Amino acid sequence: MNSRYNSRYNSLMEKGMDKINIIIMILSLIVFLYPLYYVLIYSISDPSLSKASMFILPVGFSLEVYKSVFKLANLGNAFLMSALRTVLGTAITLFCSSLLAFMVTQKYFVIRKFVYRFLVITMYFNAGLIPWYLNMVNLGLKNSFLVYILPTAMNAFYVILIKTFIELLPKALEESAQLDGAGFFKVFSRIIFPMCGPIIATIALFSAVGQWNSWMDTYFFVTNQKLFTLQYVLYKFLSEAEALNDAMRNSNALLGHTAVAMTPESLKMGVTMVVTIPILIVYPSLQKYFVKGVALGSVKG
Amino acid sequence: MQLARQNNRTITGEILRLKQNTQMILLSIPLILLIFAFNYLPLFGWIYAFFNFKPGVPLAKSPFVGLKNFGMLFTTSQQDIIRVMGNTLAISFLIILCSPLPAIFAIMLNDLKGNKFKRVVQTVATLPNFISWVIVFSLFFSVFSSSGAINTIIFKINPSANTLNILGNAGIAWFVQLAIFIWKSVGWNAIIYLAAITSIDPELYDAASIDGAGKLSAIRHVTIPGIIETFFVLLLLTFSGILSSGLEQFLMFMNPVVQDKLEVLDYYVYRLGVTLNDVSFSTAIGIMKTFISVGLLFGVNFLSKKVRGNSLI
Repeated sequence: MNSRYNSRYNSLMEKGMDKINIIIMILSLIVFLYPLYYVLIYSISDPSLSKASMFILPVGFSLEVYKSVFKLANLGNAFLMSALRTVLGTAITLFCSSLLAFMVTQKYFVIRKFVYRFLVITMYFNAGLIPWYLNMVNLGLKNSFLVYILPTAMNAFYVILIKTFIELLPKALEESAQLDGAGFFKVFSRIIFPMCGPIIATIALFSAVGQWNSWMDTYFFVTNQKLFTLQYVLYKFLSEAEALNDAMRNSNALLGHTAVAMTPESLKMGVTMVVTIPILIVYPSLQKYFVKGVALGSVKG
Repeated sequence: MQLARQNNRTITGEILRLKQNTQMILLSIPLILLIFAFNYLPLFGWIYAFFNFKPGVPLAKSPFVGLKNFGMLFTTSQQDIIRVMGNTLAISFLIILCSPLPAIFAIMLNDLKGNKFKRVVQTVATLPNFISWVIVFSLFFSVFSSSGAINTIIFKINPSANTLNILGNAGIAWFVQLAIFIWKSVGWNAIIYLAAITSIDPELYDAASIDGAGKLSAIRHVTIPGIIETFFVLLLLTFSGILSSGLEQFLMFMNPVVQDKLEVLDYYVYRLGVTLNDVSFSTAIGIMKTFISVGLLFGVNFLSKKVRGNSLI
């Protein structure tokens, strides 16, 4: 609001600064959006035409790329895997983290201090890549769906956030429940957990995005194609010519001789868009929860 | 003098407490096991650094070499380590140099008039943070490719120009990765500063304007002091993480041409351990890195206590 600045001084210069600000913001909008836009127009362009002169409008128009992409054998299964790990992983993380956070806030819990310190110290050290890898293999998580769920189930940062939030809740709630002789789990599930709405929503979103975008666990520990996630399939397309060539051969065979010839680049663009679109759809409406979460988190941190 | 009862402890209350504690301890056991399994258990892997381990030969049968692997850091692998540390520190310092950017962006964003435009910019700016590095690589690979958008624009301006090879150029590799990293993170980091700015007391701005401050003055005397605390904390935290560059970004953007310049410590550890199967040496480096990082964190925390009076952790 401009009124808080003294309008007697340099109002012309301030109007100028406002305009420069707007220009810079518009430029930054372009910078943030353009790479995605470019891939989008590439993916709806005619695959057989040269893209050498394309940067604002697509060359030709064709949905052949998407037809090929959706015919790819493993994409549907990969989507299922990604969705499954996102939902289950987030649910389990939320449950475990909030349960532990609640237990730690109960002053009569005898091992409370030990548990909390045991957890928080883990934020300060990291065993290293090789020990991490060997550990997962030794735990039998290779080629298991659990490798997507278990490692992230207990998260120190989330526990701290929830614990802080619970401690700020009015004590009267808890006390009135305990007077009724409720067991701790009842107090947790009926009273405390529902009151944690905002922080739970924030953590759920962070956890879900983390699960959706995760691909290194697949990279290191999964060779079973049925367990591949969407991000990993995209990774394979981008880095392994073999995966791409297989897909190309399949798509040309399926489309038949009347079809437009597919190129590897177009296929890559198509897969990229398909993998990105879920986030694009979901993010704008959920963005305000992320922002609120940061505000909540930074109160503590 | 009779002391008043401090707490209303009754027999039935005690029994309830006992029952609840038993429940809680039982329920917490699996959770504690999870924490143990994925944070403490890997530490046992450190033992590999003290042996000459080759995959195929069980650890029990491998020769014990004590601190030899750690010594290698300073002798046989010294060239490698110097190169890798150089890359890691260069990129980390460049990032630190650019750490005011999110704050500047936040100040500018906050100053925008028009709430709708503000929210659009905020949404768009924070979006890159939520797409995976795989997608980021795909986006920039196509934009920077020899027939991609950048080269297309260059040819339109100057048809006889050479093709610009951005991702396969070792000389500018650090700066390209820096730019991509900033593209991905500046919007989201600005949110933290925005939260700090909105918590500045509006009366301070009123007081400033009464004193005759224009917009720039107000920013200098009210906004910046209001966020300097946040900035300092984030700066120190970034500094303590100086050895960590993040494996995902470099796994995606690595190629033989830029390897000399982009091989950071995390990637080097990965290449040694996973690609070259030099498990012992890789683990030894990992151990050193952990100790130095913890040392940095406590050092930075100590500095913060001395300078600002509060600790970070």
